[in-house]
Amino acid sequence: MSVSWESINEGDSIPELKKTPGVTQLVKYAAGSGDFNPLHHDFNFFQSKAIGSIIVHGRFKYATLGETVSNWLGHSGQIRKISCQYRGMDIPDKEIACKGTIKRKWEENGEKLVELSVWTENEEGKSTTPGAVIVVL
Amino acid sequence: MAENFEITDEMKSKIGWESGPWVCEVTSTSVRAFARGVGYTDPVYYDEEAAKKAGYRNIPAPPTYLGTPIFIPGQSDDTFSFPPGSMVDINHGLPNLLDGGTETEYFDTICAGDNLTCVTKLADLFTKESKGTGTMLITATEATFTNQDGKVVAIQRSQGIFY
Repeated sequence: MSVSWESINEGDSIPELKKTPGVTQLVKYAAGSGDFNPLHHDFNFFQSKAIGSIIVHGRFKYATLGETVSNWLGHSGQIRKISCQYRGMDIPDKEIACKGTIKRKWEENGEKLVELSVWTENEEGKSTTPGAVIVVL
Repeated sequence: MAENFEITDEMKSKIGWESGPWVCEVTSTSVRAFARGVGYTDPVYYDEEAAKKAGYRNIPAPPTYLGTPIFIPGQSDDTFSFPPGSMVDINHGLPNLLDGGTETEYFDTICAGDNLTCVTKLADLFTKESKGTGTMLITATEATFTNQDGKVVAIQRSQGIFY
C-alpha cells in the first residue's frame, strides 16, 4: 500500500493500528531498544509496586505511532518530524489504538508536506500519547 | 516523591552540558530487533531485498529508532545501555523516573550499516507540580546524531521526569 498526494484530504483519518502489548512484547521492545528499565518488565521493582503494575514504555507507544504512519505511507514518503507526549500510563494486556488524522497539507520550497495529529487511545477512549507528525511525500 | 524539591544553583549550572561523542550502531540485526520489539509486520524492516525494492539502500531504521548504543559491561549503563559520560549527572536525589515526551526531527534516511555518532546536551531544567507526586524535576535534553559521512541525520529532543 502507498499513499498519493492527490488522495490526501485535511480531516481524513489514516488507518488505525490496534495492539495489545503483553509482557513478552515489552521484553522484545526492551531488547530492541536497549531500554531495560525494570518499570517495564519487573512487577517487583519499587516503582512498579508503587504504581500497581509495570507500564508500557512511553517510547513503545511513540514507536507504534511511527508504525501507524509508516503503514499508511507505505514507503511513498518520509517522516520529517515525529513527536509525542506521555500523558497517561498504559499497562500490559490492554488494547491500545493508534490513530491519526490529516491536519494540514501544503507545498513549500517544491516539497509536498502533510501534518498529522496522532495519538494512542486506551480502552476507555482516553488519549494517553498525543503527538504530531510531519511527512514529506 | 518530593514535597519541597528545588533546583539548586549547582543543578542549574549543568544546563548547557554536552556529552562527548558516542556511537549508536544501526545494523541489520539491530533494526530487525527494534522492528520486532514494536511489532512491525512490514517486510521492509526485516528483509534486505524488500527494502531495496521499496527504494532504500539497505533495511531502513523504523521511525523513532536511532540505533543501539554499544554495550560494554562494567562501563555502559546497565539499565539504559548508554556509554559512560553520555548522560548528564544531576545530583537531584529523586528515585523515580518517567518519560515525559520525545520529538525526533529527521534530515536524512537512516539505514542498516550506518554508524551514528551522538552528542547529548542538557537543554533545560525546570520543575512541574503534580497532585500525585509532588514537585517533579523535568530534564530537557537534545541529542544530535551524525552519520559516517559527517551529516546530521536526526535531532532528538526528550523530556525526563524525576520525582
